[in-house]
Amino acid sequence: MNPLAAYLAVAALLFAIGLAGALIRRNPIIVLIGIELMLNAANLNFIAFWRYGPHPEALTGMIFAIFSIAVAAAEAAVGLGLVIAIYRHAQTFALDKMNRMKG
Amino acid sequence: MHGALAANVDQIFILLRDWVVSFLPAALRPFANAVIGVVAIIGVFPSMFALVVVLERKGVGRIQNRYGPNRVGPYGLLQPIADGIKALIKEDIVPSRADALVHFLAPLVLLITVFMGYAVLPVGRNMELVDMDAGLLFFIAMGAATELAVFMAGWSSRNKYSLLGAMRAVAQMISYEVVLLLSTVTVVMISGSMSLPRIVEAQNRYTGVFPNWYVFTPWGLAACVMFVIAGMAETNRSPFDVPEGESEIIAGYHIEYSGFKFAIFFIGEYLAMISMSGLGTTLFLGGWSAPFSFLTWMPSWFWFFAKVFFCLIVYIWIRGTMPRVRQDQLMNFAWKFLLPFTLLDLLVTALWRFMGEGWLRWVVTTAILVAAWVLLGSVESRRRHFGPRRYRYAE
Amino acid sequence: MSPVFYLISAITLAGSLAAMLLQRTVHCALAVTVAFAGLALLFLSLDAEFAGLVQILIYIGAVAILVIFAILLTRSAGAPRGEVFSPHWKAGVAIAAVLFVVLGGALLRSIAVLPHETAAPAVTMRDIGNAIVGRYVLPLEIMALLLTAATIGGVIIAVLEIGGEK
Repeated sequence: MNPLAAYLAVAALLFAIGLAGALIRRNPIIVLIGIELMLNAANLNFIAFWRYGPHPEALTGMIFAIFSIAVAAAEAAVGLGLVIAIYRHAQTFALDKMNRMKG
Repeated sequence: MHGALAANVDQIFILLRDWVVSFLPAALRPFANAVIGVVAIIGVFPSMFALVVVLERKGVGRIQNRYGPNRVGPYGLLQPIADGIKALIKEDIVPSRADALVHFLAPLVLLITVFMGYAVLPVGRNMELVDMDAGLLFFIAMGAATELAVFMAGWSSRNKYSLLGAMRAVAQMISYEVVLLLSTVTVVMISGSMSLPRIVEAQNRYTGVFPNWYVFTPWGLAACVMFVIAGMAETNRSPFDVPEGESEIIAGYHIEYSGFKFAIFFIGEYLAMISMSGLGTTLFLGGWSAPFSFLTWMPSWFWFFAKVFFCLIVYIWIRGTMPRVRQDQLMNFAWKFLLPFTLLDLLVTALWRFMGEGWLRWVVTTAILVAAWVLLGSVESRRRHFGPRRYRYAE
Repeated sequence: MSPVFYLISAITLAGSLAAMLLQRTVHCALAVTVAFAGLALLFLSLDAEFAGLVQILIYIGAVAILVIFAILLTRSAGAPRGEVFSPHWKAGVAIAAVLFVVLGGALLRSIAVLPHETAAPAVTMRDIGNAIVGRYVLPLEIMALLLTAATIGGVIIAVLEIGGEK
């Protein structure tokens, strides 16, 4: 089997699992974990194409993945700060009940 | 003849390994090379651990004006055997409410990540297990993965003190990890590579009789001091051992571990100390290169271990001498003093690199570093006014 | 494909499934750490040495720790109170399944034309360093701004104002 296809299949499955988790769970921290999984799946895609694809630019895929990792870390930090602030306000995690902008 | 003999003794372990591997078919040779290297690491460094434990207990004992252990064997040198037997036959108690799987896995994860760090250390000429292009990054990444094992241990024990110790340990480790990483970047800048054997080779030159080790340059000395302090904090050694202080939090994150699992934590901590010393030796003290140019006939692995032992003696000396640092003092120290100083050291290293050879760069860099040390230190040690303690939970 | 690849992918997928399905949040965080480790090994098996090591350093060494700190600070570390899955979980699973079918279909259709160069691009650390401060210096500077903004923003959002709004 084409090795690139195998890595892309793993990345697609990982993305689907992350998306399912982000949509199913009530605890916003787990939702953020699902989002991180989706970002990781996209990174895997990038690196797989960097390795097996044609190389007019020998570095783009790797550099993109590295910047993506940095952005994901920053976004996780801010997201978790928001989660903490929301918890402090609402004292509970019931994401499906938090459907109003009013406090 | 003298040169050939010295070169052979220097490479004796490589020659032994190649001889053993030559009995195998060619397809299996890379695998056998790796296996022999791994077995060597697993054999050598835990024996060093045993030696270091005795050294530490007797050394700290002497500093505290008492004998260390001196019953088992001559001068107490066989104490690790007694300790090992004790650890193996003690009952392994797992608290009933503890999370059994995580509780079991935590010491394993710690030991695995600590051992992985040894894979990139160049123990002698050509004697590293793996020559990765980003070997230094690999080592630091393994150190970062160690924090997770500490948290797993603390949380799975379902014990307030254990969790508190684990949180303190993780907070301390992530703060000092930044300092550790930045202090090694100066070496990478000057030597031009992240691969540890190449860093050692860049230091393997001699001006006259004296070696070109990075610790003998102003920025290198500053970076080495930062590295040693951060290394001590990363491995939870005194004076930064609040997370596991016996008089403070009763062994912190490894309270609920007994018997062999505690022995694994103990081994893991000392192996981390040895590997941090190994990295410090490689980056700043010239790795396996000899201290004077007329001593290069002695084998490279001898110099490496001699320098690692010197670093370990410094670790033990500081443990016996300095009082424990309080948690908030520790965090302040990392973020408000060490981090700005390390960033300044980066700038100074760049200045050194671009100023060209000569006495001027020595004077300028030393002046900047000393001025920064004095200024930052005076800012940090202003009198603080203590008020009622305020906690910042999430609710 | 080599058995090592299958093993690593199995570990990664098992870890991510466990992360999304387990009841206790701390177990989810530890399972996703296993998934991150598996992904780092996948990167290393793709000869992307720097990306793999940065993945370990940042995801396992920082993001996982951050998630665990958040779990502990919001007191969700004990037994879960209330339902773990939201009432509309079937719709969520259906959407994810549809997405996977679409992606898998696209993959299967294009399997004949996928490139498969066998030689890894020869990239050293020096090349990466030169590229980051050479060609990609603008993303680097923007990343610095982003990280600064994230740090400041995170502190402002999450810190408890003494005497301010509680």
